[in-house]
Amino acid sequence: MTRLITIRPGPRARVLAGALPIALLLIGYALAAALRHADNPADKVLPTLGAMGAAAWRMGTHVDPVSGQIALVADTLASVMRMGAGLALATLTALVLGLLLGVVPLARAVFGPVITLIAVIPPIAVLPILFIALGLGEAAKIALIAVGIAPYMTRDLAAYVAALPAEQVIKAQTLGANSWLVAIRVALPQMLPRLIETLRFSMGPAWVFLIAAEAIASDVGLGYRIFLVRRYLAMDIILPYVAWISLLAIGADALLRLISARAFPWAHGDAR
Amino acid sequence: MTGAALIELHNVWVEYGDTVVLERVSLAIAAGSFVAVVGPSGAGKSTFLRLILGQEAPSRGHVRFAGAPMAATCGPDRGVVFQRYSVFPHLTVLGNVLFGLECAAAPLLGRLFGTARTAARDEARAMLDAVGLGHAQDRYPAQLSGGMQQRLALAQALVKHPRVLLLDEPFGALDPGIRGDMHDLVTRLWRDHGLTIVMVTHDIAEAFKLGTRVLAFDKRRHDPHAPQRYGATATYDVPLLRKPDGAKAAS
Repeated sequence: MTRLITIRPGPRARVLAGALPIALLLIGYALAAALRHADNPADKVLPTLGAMGAAAWRMGTHVDPVSGQIALVADTLASVMRMGAGLALATLTALVLGLLLGVVPLARAVFGPVITLIAVIPPIAVLPILFIALGLGEAAKIALIAVGIAPYMTRDLAAYVAALPAEQVIKAQTLGANSWLVAIRVALPQMLPRLIETLRFSMGPAWVFLIAAEAIASDVGLGYRIFLVRRYLAMDIILPYVAWISLLAIGADALLRLISARAFPWAHGDAR
Repeated sequence: MTGAALIELHNVWVEYGDTVVLERVSLAIAAGSFVAVVGPSGAGKSTFLRLILGQEAPSRGHVRFAGAPMAATCGPDRGVVFQRYSVFPHLTVLGNVLFGLECAAAPLLGRLFGTARTAARDEARAMLDAVGLGHAQDRYPAQLSGGMQQRLALAQALVKHPRVLLLDEPFGALDPGIRGDMHDLVTRLWRDHGLTIVMVTHDIAEAFKLGTRVLAFDKRRHDPHAPQRYGATATYDVPLLRKPDGAKAAS
């Protein structure tokens, strides 16, 4: 008998099934927008898809006479640079600390509690401290991203490394490895796929911190723009910007997955 | 018994707080022997192996290895193969065997270059051929069957030429046909390399088939009100006639 849990859509059916809710959302939005515009042609709350396309085109091609830049390009570059710097800083910190805490029980005893303490502080709550300490420039925004995700990544990696089978560590020692070699040749390579995975999971919070920092003190950036045009109720700009941020996030996630699959085939089951 | 005593235990106790795991273990293991250790679960077989491995220190008594007191740390003179997780999943088959050679020659980077690397690769390939894995050197462990993974674990340990090879239920997870092949392999390696082997097993038939000596661990005394207060010891010590020179006396 066919049961609900035994129905498995094929590859083509899966694409169709997945596209259906998205299409329904779009159609639903277009209908709602058309209805509102039928009542009030000047409605700004639900701009039509055409109006959003026109606004996106304007933001993406029109050179601002004051700054001499295209708004969308300048915003994207600024946000991506901040994001990249914050993620790089967090990744490097988590890599070094996670490895140290995972491999050396003594380091775990010393640094474990303080990292747990830092991890439970809501990062946005320390944003004023960062602004006071680092000024309103790029450093505070990058620091917020790093401070926001590095403790979680560190704890995740340390726990992962500590949970590697004890047999492997014993075996490595019987093969002549010292503590350093166990760290760099046994623990580090096995930790790298997990590093990419934990980075992927941290991207969501990282975007939140970036946009929060940009909304509060910035003069360029995707988050800055959204909060700026909010004053004019410019939903025709906000919604394309949100969609663009989602696309960037999906692209970054896909890129990280590709890197992991290519670089660490042994960790993905389908090695070579 | 062949050769002089390689490992000696004198009145060894292992205790964790109130719990006595091993008590009054005194025995000597001769170089070149194949000692099979059997006994029920919880009789301290694995603890005994960890003592010889140097992973654990006795709480009383002392262990001597090749005449010197055993340091409570794992070193390259003792090779080990566990039931699982013995090989490194992130290294290819060849990389797994190279690992030991690289650690010895390059304590800082753990990698070899140039002619040293070529020589090490040749040595590792010869070892892989000896265990029948020469054709699979570029694969990752996840792509190997359970038997092949244990062959790899053996090659990885033997390339270091350990004084003693410790096997902790190495064939316990394999199906019977593969297990028979592995018995032949480990017997051949033991003879060809003049190894001293200590093997813990649940399978008594396997112990008598492979060993030159079978040690049975169990508790001599039992207190029903405090079962943890008495530890296990070697209750039976059965020398067999099997000899490393190929004369299959005990068949």
